[in-house]
Amino acid sequence: MSHADLLSPPRSVAFPDPHPFVIAGREFRSRLMVGTGKYASNAQMLDAIEASGAEVVTVAVRRVDLDRSKDESILHHLDPDNFFLLSNTAGCYNATDAIRYARLARAAGFNEWVKLEVIGDQQTLLPDTTGLLQATKTLVEEGFKVLAYTNDDLITALRLEDAGAVAVMPLASPIGSGLGMLNPYAIRTIKQRLSVPVIVDAGVGTASDACIVMEQGVDGILMNTGIAAAQDPVRMAAAMKAAVEAGRHAYLAGRMPRREVAVPSSPTTGMLGSAT
Amino acid sequence: MTGTEVFEAEIALRVNGAERRVPTNWTLADLLASLRLDPRVIVVERNGTILRDRASFASLPLERDDTLEIVHFVGGG
Repeated sequence: MSHADLLSPPRSVAFPDPHPFVIAGREFRSRLMVGTGKYASNAQMLDAIEASGAEVVTVAVRRVDLDRSKDESILHHLDPDNFFLLSNTAGCYNATDAIRYARLARAAGFNEWVKLEVIGDQQTLLPDTTGLLQATKTLVEEGFKVLAYTNDDLITALRLEDAGAVAVMPLASPIGSGLGMLNPYAIRTIKQRLSVPVIVDAGVGTASDACIVMEQGVDGILMNTGIAAAQDPVRMAAAMKAAVEAGRHAYLAGRMPRREVAVPSSPTTGMLGSAT
Repeated sequence: MTGTEVFEAEIALRVNGAERRVPTNWTLADLLASLRLDPRVIVVERNGTILRDRASFASLPLERDDTLEIVHFVGGG
């Protein structure tokens, strides 16, 4: 009998996710959402998005530069038929500005979704949660699907949900910091208490950060700098894709309990020279 | 006596924060064409109001002291 006869034929086993990733009634194929900023070139951005497997890509609204406007719109590079464009209100420091940017983005004609950011402080880019709640209420009344970028505070997250946000997006750590998830307890608590999807947005620096975020059971993750600022953004995008999938599997699989004592993996019986 | 009150060939607008002079009879579509902007990938806000109907650009005359904001999507996170 050869060695191979002892082995079962190789099995191809799929691990379907029992909970599809659905936001506001729309199902998305990837739990990884990516930004489109800070890339060295449009070609690199496109390669990175492709490697990430992301379906949702974020974009920003800015003035056209009238002095050199020939090829600046990202729509010349990103085919809106292939991606779900999620516009953000990055750079807005009060509710009025964020609402204005959201309305301009909707008028572009792709969808009524917005990643709502109301920034409160230039140094930390932490959210102004008062302005955020105010803008969420107004935009929800106007029919927007609001995905609200917020901090890791449960009470704000609950209030955003009450205000009609279709997803709440707590940060892992400050935007662009790459510090990874600073408060897994807070993120888990938000996930446990909210009914709408929880998508961690900002702070992921490398693949293990993304994996740990997904292991908390959150629904998805949005990142930009963690990919774009890597030495090789396209390879990092592939790493992030694998990490998000691994973290999701690990969460669904349910990790072993942590113990502060060792437990042997091999049998303790049947040792040579033992009495029995 | 300057005589300019009788007929002015141009009007002044503010476009994306800068003054710009255009012929008096221009429409918004004329301005966009002169800037080589594809109306399908931009959004125009005129005097604080978003212009949702791109088909109307060709029949929308520009007025003296109009404030226009012309925006589009760029890379962002």
